[in-house]
Amino acid sequence: MENFNYHRPATVNAAAALLKKSKDGSYMAGGHTLLPTMKQGLAKPTDIIDLSAIKGFSGIAVSKSAVVIKAGTTHMEVATSAAVKKAIPALWEMAGKIGGVHVRNRGTIGGSIANSDPAADYPSACVGLGATIITDKRKIAADAFFTGMFQTALKAGEIITAVSFPIPKKSSHMKFPNPASRYALTGVFVSQDSAGKVRVAVTGAGPKVFRIADMEAALSKDFAASALNGIQVKAKGLNSDMHATAEYRAHLIGVLARRAVAAAK
Amino acid sequence: MSAISMKVNGKAVCGEVESRTLLVDFIRTNLGLTGTHVGCDTSQCGACVVHIGGKAVKSCTTLAVACEGADVTTIEGISKNGALHPMQQAFHEQHGLQCGFCTPGMIMASIDIVKRNGKKVSEEVIRRELSGNICRCTGYHNIVVAVQSAAEKM
Repeated sequence: MENFNYHRPATVNAAAALLKKSKDGSYMAGGHTLLPTMKQGLAKPTDIIDLSAIKGFSGIAVSKSAVVIKAGTTHMEVATSAAVKKAIPALWEMAGKIGGVHVRNRGTIGGSIANSDPAADYPSACVGLGATIITDKRKIAADAFFTGMFQTALKAGEIITAVSFPIPKKSSHMKFPNPASRYALTGVFVSQDSAGKVRVAVTGAGPKVFRIADMEAALSKDFAASALNGIQVKAKGLNSDMHATAEYRAHLIGVLARRAVAAAK
Repeated sequence: MSAISMKVNGKAVCGEVESRTLLVDFIRTNLGLTGTHVGCDTSQCGACVVHIGGKAVKSCTTLAVACEGADVTTIEGISKNGALHPMQQAFHEQHGLQCGFCTPGMIMASIDIVKRNGKKVSEEVIRRELSGNICRCTGYHNIVVAVQSAAEKM
């Protein structure tokens, strides 16, 4: 890993100023993607601006209508939050399925989302629940946030400060993990809001998280696994690698979506 | 180079490190505590697990400079007055190791598992929560037995 200048600011404003001043700086939250990437020489930031010491940067607030998770909150904090479990059990369960214990102790929601890894779990919860990503500059709907493989709508220097998840009537998350990495080979997050509107978000299968309109329309009429019978997900454009072909992933989406609907609560 | 100071196994320590120095390298090279191992260096195997503020983390994926002021415990810091920690004793008695390379990380992870899940921690929970620790010789059966045996004594 090449050397860099290390900064540990105490405020979001100071962090943004440090990034602006750096030649080619990078923010770091838990570092569990950035550091491995740097070890491989795939990222060589001149400066690392560590966000972990920012005051008030982590924490969970649950209101009647939303679960708001601050950006620096670790997966472990979400996975052990009784308030999240009560409000959105699928989100609570999903956080407990990210990586292993040691990774969950360091990895954060803000870091996961900002990275937009095609196989990460949080993007599917954001899009599957219709979350709002809150930054130091603005609010961005999850549907507009994830723009491509490792690409987001974040502008240079913009910092995610929190994510607001509306509390659905029902939701569920199903994941087929890669047995070695625990990343989603394919994962499906399904939710139904109080008006009956359904979201089906898929991660791990394509270049970025995406929704399946046919499934959402069918489930909005009838929220039952059987409503998905006959809906074929096309393999074209899906990921194909040594772990699974595009056709296999397309098949998994159907299986996991039906299981998710059946298990939704 | 940056000057850092932290607490390791209850003692105040300090040193000069580059920004890129990993916590595991600071522990092994600067402090000479070589019980913490580097197995994969890619945050997969768990041989490097230490506790920071009581939480199990992978020290190969943590910057030493980011641990300024932290309270770190390594495998060297868990025995008391020369007596093995109940988890170390249980790994010994239950044959929870063969070559022993993964053992420091296994033991630090297992102590964390018992602390969070209590004396009656189930086999299922132990297996799930040890998913970030890889053993390439014994298989996991005796490791799980050791954790359950130690849990009752912790």
